[in-house]
Amino acid sequence: MGIGKTTRRAFLIGSAAIVGGIAIGGYVVSRPAPNPLHPEEGATLNPFVLIDQRGVTIITPRAEMGQGVHSMLAMLVAEEMDLDWQDIRIEHGPPAKAYYNSALLKNALPIHAYAASDLQNTIRDVVGHAGKLLNLQVTGGSTSTVDAWDRFRMAGATAREALKEAAAKQLGVSASDLKTENGAVIAPDATRLPYTDLAVAAAEVSPAKPALRTPDQWRYIGKSVPRLDQPAKANGSARFGIDTKLDGMRFATVRINPRLGGKMTSYDDSAAAKMAGVEKIIPLEDGIAVVASNTWLAFQAADAVQITWEDATFPPQQDQIWQGLEAAFDTDANATGREDGDVDSLPAGATVLEAEYRAPFLAHAAMEPMNATAIYKDGTLVIWVGHQAPIAARDMAAAAIGIDSEKVTIHTTIMGGAFGRRGEIDVPVYAAKIAAAMPGVPVKMTWTREEDMRHDFYRPATIARYRGAVQDGKAVMVDGKIAGISCAHQAMARMTGIAMGGPDTAMLEGAADQPYAIPNYRIRGYLSDMSVPVGFWRSVGASHNGFQFDCFLDEMAQAAGTDPLEFRLAMAREEHAPSARVIETVRDMSGWTGKTPDGVGRGVAFCMSFGTPVAQVIEVRDESGLIRISNAWIACDPGIALDPRNIEAQMSGGLIYGLSAAIMGEITFDGGEVDQWNFPDYDAVRMHNVPQIAVQIVEAGGRIAGVGEPGTPPAAAALANALFDLTGKRVRELPLNKHFDFV
Amino acid sequence: MTTTLIVNGTRHEIDLPPDVPLLWVLRDEIGLTGTKFGCGVAACGACTVHIDGVAQRSCQVALGDVNGPVTTIDTSRPEPALAALQAAWVDHQVAQCGYCQSGQIMQAADLLATTPYPTDAQIDEAMQGNLCRCGTYPRIRAAIHDAATKLGEA
Ligand code: FES
Ligand code: FES
Repeated sequence: MGIGKTTRRAFLIGSAAIVGGIAIGGYVVSRPAPNPLHPEEGATLNPFVLIDQRGVTIITPRAEMGQGVHSMLAMLVAEEMDLDWQDIRIEHGPPAKAYYNSALLKNALPIHAYAASDLQNTIRDVVGHAGKLLNLQVTGGSTSTVDAWDRFRMAGATAREALKEAAAKQLGVSASDLKTENGAVIAPDATRLPYTDLAVAAAEVSPAKPALRTPDQWRYIGKSVPRLDQPAKANGSARFGIDTKLDGMRFATVRINPRLGGKMTSYDDSAAAKMAGVEKIIPLEDGIAVVASNTWLAFQAADAVQITWEDATFPPQQDQIWQGLEAAFDTDANATGREDGDVDSLPAGATVLEAEYRAPFLAHAAMEPMNATAIYKDGTLVIWVGHQAPIAARDMAAAAIGIDSEKVTIHTTIMGGAFGRRGEIDVPVYAAKIAAAMPGVPVKMTWTREEDMRHDFYRPATIARYRGAVQDGKAVMVDGKIAGISCAHQAMARMTGIAMGGPDTAMLEGAADQPYAIPNYRIRGYLSDMSVPVGFWRSVGASHNGFQFDCFLDEMAQAAGTDPLEFRLAMAREEHAPSARVIETVRDMSGWTGKTPDGVGRGVAFCMSFGTPVAQVIEVRDESGLIRISNAWIACDPGIALDPRNIEAQMSGGLIYGLSAAIMGEITFDGGEVDQWNFPDYDAVRMHNVPQIAVQIVEAGGRIAGVGEPGTPPAAAALANALFDLTGKRVRELPLNKHFDFV
Repeated sequence: MTTTLIVNGTRHEIDLPPDVPLLWVLRDEIGLTGTKFGCGVAACGACTVHIDGVAQRSCQVALGDVNGPVTTIDTSRPEPALAALQAAWVDHQVAQCGYCQSGQIMQAADLLATTPYPTDAQIDEAMQGNLCRCGTYPRIRAAIHDAATKLGEA
């Protein structure tokens, strides 16, 4: 029975067998959600594997924003299914409960990842399933490969066994006499039965729970596979959300109140309406949209609309915002992230030190400006958008225009960066409102860079107050208080429409959860309810704590008279061996001696985030008064290294993202409006100021952990610590270009 | 009044005001979306194309001022330097999100046209107008050196 050249649809409708394919998914999710793949789309062996006459398509329902996740997920299935790498096709698939993210919720539990016992891991796993209930098809928290590790390998193995059983029936042999190789089942007499020929029969089979391949059998895992998206990204054919093309499409942009949170009072579009190419100007609650025949003409017309705005919903000046954060320290603690020992009873003779650190608001500034394309027709809405949480995007877009979620289809595109920004629902909601005002007409909404920069959900500014004590060269106490605005509370409210409260431990990550043995160790969080819009930014809490907490440890090492690398290493050795190995590795890679020649400074920093310990050493040089960051060494332990070359890219990219913020990243407010507009006033590291970077991966055999975010947190601290080594000047705020001149 | 444009060897009659930037003519009118919008103010290089063989920021060149044939990343017949760079980009697995890479490659092709074996300092100089928020610079540098070597051997 060959699938042959019949059209895809004809073949599928003619095949009753496909309906049964859903059953195979039973091992993939412990209580299977409905398989969202429609039978007419192919033989669906489970929610992650689709076979049609063209071959095998792997559904990779996570946001591809540059981290290579589509290729990594495909690798896990291909490994178990014995697929040839060049034959693999991938699709993001629809938003669906079957694609919930169980790992994300695990991180929400108050158990430090490194300290989890097997029992705790079990509890985390069980609670992880609740993610399904919460519809968490979310890409974030460096959780994709963690979540996928078992599920995707099991999906591949289940499909492989089903195909073997189908072949066994056809040949009248036992499945155990068959093997699989490069997309085919191989009979004992070496006959090849391609998967495409077996798919329909296989969809009827419910195989026993299959065994997963053992590491010595791995062909792809642990090797570097060519990312499937590279050729299209080198020849311009990759289609990002902003490249969506539909027949008869119009082009739109928005102008939203720059005084964030405020509405629009009135507007006058009489001049704009007459401008070239303008087709419609749509009032929104908090601004306007212009629809035109060309995006740039829409930009021009949006500039020409006269609008009066309400005020921002938070204190409008930056210094008032800092005062609001300071005031949070006078309230009760919102969360205690750690409380080891007693920080108030110190051994006699200990040296005590105190310091206050600040971190500014930051924009995500993904390279692809915010955009979405939508068409509203006959009561249904279709949206093309690069989104990290497509279920939330669908539901909130539906609610915004008063239709049911089932009437909304979301096509998740690849993303030109996201860093957390594309988990917010504002962009699909604006696109839905514009489409609803233009029934039957597809409209692509593109934001200007200025609109993107000034309507972000910013990395929260925080103030951290630390008290520490050292004795005999070692840390005996650290007590930290961190004040900020909760992005967890805000983001959950935006995504679900329900106000959230409760302790926000995510804000304490990177400080409370560090794998250090310090006998008296307490970290508490204090929240301000100012409504400055804040959101998840690559590495979340660890993005500010990685700087503040680690730099304070550097100060403690200095006060203790201990080499800063040895100081951290001693604390890690007693608590978490893999973290100690990472610190030792970066010491060896960088040839750390604790001494540097004149004109050269070195700093070390360490942060474990999302289960992956990362240590970095940065070297800076004084070039006639200008600072050059000459070298960076990174050691990390993601438990299992799926693809070393991709990990190297994520680690160095994460470092560079962190350095950009550390050197020059700052969002400030004036009159409730963001002061920064575009890259000239919110720049990033470029070719000429990027250091030489070396990455080494340590695999101490722990649980698999993410790599997209953990490279970012130590970067600012390693740089600030290196600058202290070079100049003797300890800077406790960012960005560093307020205090140093860089090349 | 229409404006005539030659893009990737094909002639187009464009019916848009002459002040519309080339970027938005390519993307919205002709439908060549390989060239990207990043900033609109000459600060990121995502929109880089070649006009008469020279790298230009297409967000800064008005339709009425385009004074030669335009080549974009989407061309199906890349000249040797461009083809060598595209191959090197894949070999080195340069792209992360990939959004900046059209501009990076077009800028690098301009560099190799004038400087067949660029030094690191020359790469810094030529490429610093091209922003990459994913931080792929080390691999961009390696891929440029590699493409230069391969072109020299060819
Ligand atoms: S879009 Fe032209 S330089 Fe950024
Ligand atoms: S690869 Fe993402 S901006 Fe360069």
